Amino acid sequence: MKNNQLTEQGQLRHFLTIEGLKKPLLTEIMDRAEQFSGITHRQVKKVPILRGKTIVNLFFENSTRTRSTFELAAKRLSADVMNFNISTSATSKGESLLDTLHNLESMHTDMFVVRHNQSGAAEFIAQHVSPHVSVINAGDGCHAHPTQAMLDMFTIRRHKQFFPDLRVAIVGDILHSRVARSQIQALATLGVGEIRVIGPQTLLPADCQTLGVHVYHDMEAGLEGVDVVIMLRLQLERMQGALLPSAREYYHCYGLTEEKLKLAKPDAIVMHPGPINRGVEIASSVADGPQSVILEQVTHGIAIRMAVMSMALAAHSEQNEIPA
Amino acid sequence: MKIRIKNGRVIDPASQLDGRHDVFIKDGKIVAIGDHFEDFTADRVIDANGLIVAPGLVDLNVRLREPGQEHTATILSETAAAAAGGVTTLCVPPDTDPVIDNPAVVELIEDRAKKSGRSMVLTAGAMTQNLECELLAEMARLKDAGCVAISNGLSTIKNSVILQRAMAYAATLDMTVFINPVDPWLQSQGCVHEGAVSSRLGLGGIPESAETIAVSRDLILIEQTGVRAHFHSLSSGKAVKLIRDAQNRGLPVTADVSAHHLHLSEHDLGNYDALSHVLPPFRSIRDREQLQQGVRDGIIAAISSHHQPLDKDDKLGPFAETQAGISGLETLLPLTMKLVEDDEIDLPKALAALTCNPADILGIDSGQLKVGAVADVCLIDPDSEYECQPLNFVSAGKNSPFEGWLFNHQVSHTIFHGRLVYERD
Repeated sequence: MKNNQLTEQGQLRHFLTIEGLKKPLLTEIMDRAEQFSGITHRQVKKVPILRGKTIVNLFFENSTRTRSTFELAAKRLSADVMNFNISTSATSKGESLLDTLHNLESMHTDMFVVRHNQSGAAEFIAQHVSPHVSVINAGDGCHAHPTQAMLDMFTIRRHKQFFPDLRVAIVGDILHSRVARSQIQALATLGVGEIRVIGPQTLLPADCQTLGVHVYHDMEAGLEGVDVVIMLRLQLERMQGALLPSAREYYHCYGLTEEKLKLAKPDAIVMHPGPINRGVEIASSVADGPQSVILEQVTHGIAIRMAVMSMALAAHSEQNEIPA
Repeated sequence: MKIRIKNGRVIDPASQLDGRHDVFIKDGKIVAIGDHFEDFTADRVIDANGLIVAPGLVDLNVRLREPGQEHTATILSETAAAAAGGVTTLCVPPDTDPVIDNPAVVELIEDRAKKSGRSMVLTAGAMTQNLECELLAEMARLKDAGCVAISNGLSTIKNSVILQRAMAYAATLDMTVFINPVDPWLQSQGCVHEGAVSSRLGLGGIPESAETIAVSRDLILIEQTGVRAHFHSLSSGKAVKLIRDAQNRGLPVTADVSAHHLHLSEHDLGNYDALSHVLPPFRSIRDREQLQQGVRDGIIAAISSHHQPLDKDDKLGPFAETQAGISGLETLLPLTMKLVEDDEIDLPKALAALTCNPADILGIDSGQLKVGAVADVCLIDPDSEYECQPLNFVSAGKNSPFEGWLFNHQVSHTIFHGRLVYERD
């Protein structure tokens, strides 16, 4: 299968999924994010790398955090940013996805940051944009959320040294989680020792082990000796359709409490892509506790998105060095 | 019009004829098969040297999109596609708009088909009024109007009481019931086969139980009512096994498979290739092998196109939002013959699955080459070596996942009721 995320020279052109990307590229993204995160502490939090570029945030699904961090990342790179909330705009007037896309493209957009509720939407858009336009996937259905996965890897790297020694557990609704899918692929590419997924069978994908993970239904067993615990958000609509009996029962079985966290390594970190449901998948005392790095993840999101955007537009940018 | 097909390899699976003969056609009928026929001056002699002369193909499940969706395709456009695909008899399911639940719609379709004059268009009448799964359709009137079978199209009758009574009523009329076996609840969860690929792509999965539950339930009601039944488009190995067991028990049950399900699997979805979006979904490689085995064993008697022409826009979008369906009339023959080339199925069996077997299921006399029969003939060039280019399809639907596939067998001529209705350029 052709990887249309990369140019013929192997540089990032679109960023749609972690699948198919090699370890050096993922490392490059993190290294570059490391450089960008220094800028955040400067008096002037801006670099002119994407000056004159137009970036469109094309969000077919509501999002506050992801859209804001993409917007902030683009602005810190000096790009011009437009936000489109399509769920309330064009498609409700009967315009097709492609029509919307081509209209925005004719405003000389250089990059689309796309979020859509359908798996494969970012890939679809990438197949239909002009050759000079880049597409960044900000989450497509249950498929992928690669910038989230990279900011999570970045966060893990900040706390843990050697990936092959790590055991990472991802807990919750893997079935519907684009974050989990991208995390699993990133962790595997970076050579993490063991990836575990923990959840009831109703929230795990079919043939889950083919994703390269060990499957646990019992949270206590699954947390034993792990270095990183990643909690996933439980969408409360999962009670519909008989996937779960109740939030109370879910918390009973899969909520991360201080007690359960003790089964992990003493220096284990706790992560969550947000927004968190306190008392549903995680106890407040854990979310706000010393092992939690949840807010750090948000901060890292800006640097990772700056890294990815600058890399994807590098081919068309005259200036791509971060000024000292 | 008198036609002499000269020097071809004449294969008629029904009579197990396979030899080099001439076929003589006059007044719409086959008047002789042999070396010569006295006093026959042909208006047209077709040199079939190197070609296979087979019965015109019989296709059990073809959507023409008329009436109702003429912007997508018409009886005229799709019967032309049928001719290009060697299909001389086809059966349309009742889910047109309006539904085939009264004789007027049957007449309309037959009228338009006659005007086109390229293929015999038969109809499966509705099982319930407007396919709404509540009131029985007037099956006897539909039968008298010409419907060859009864079907509820893609709408599964969830209420077992209604289904049981519909089957019993069809049995009273000695009509065959055509079934698309689907558990609607399990199918509604997804758009692709539930397995490793759906998990990786994050697409909703349709488990094989969506098919096996429906087949199992329907087989029980078939046994209870004694109706003759035919299952369309099996997709899973387990469903083949259920049909085999039912046949072994002596139930009057047959099945078909689409030519595309004999070739593709879940792995052909690639990067969300909407052209491979089809229902039932392409399943595992093992399922595909078991479907092929089902054809070899004769459990699956017929191979069909499950032709569903779609507009270009219907396939443009994120995978789950695109419409399911493949334009299959013009790949039915080459895909089936590819299995012969690959030694998966022997030639007579493959041709039988395209001709006399589906004709038997429809209860009609076509699908064979014999003296006195209606002259529906398909000439096949077995060494044509061409690349499949859906944009060049005669069908209005160019939605095929087989672009770029290399085929050897190609229809060179199609004769329908003694008239040459298709000739390759």
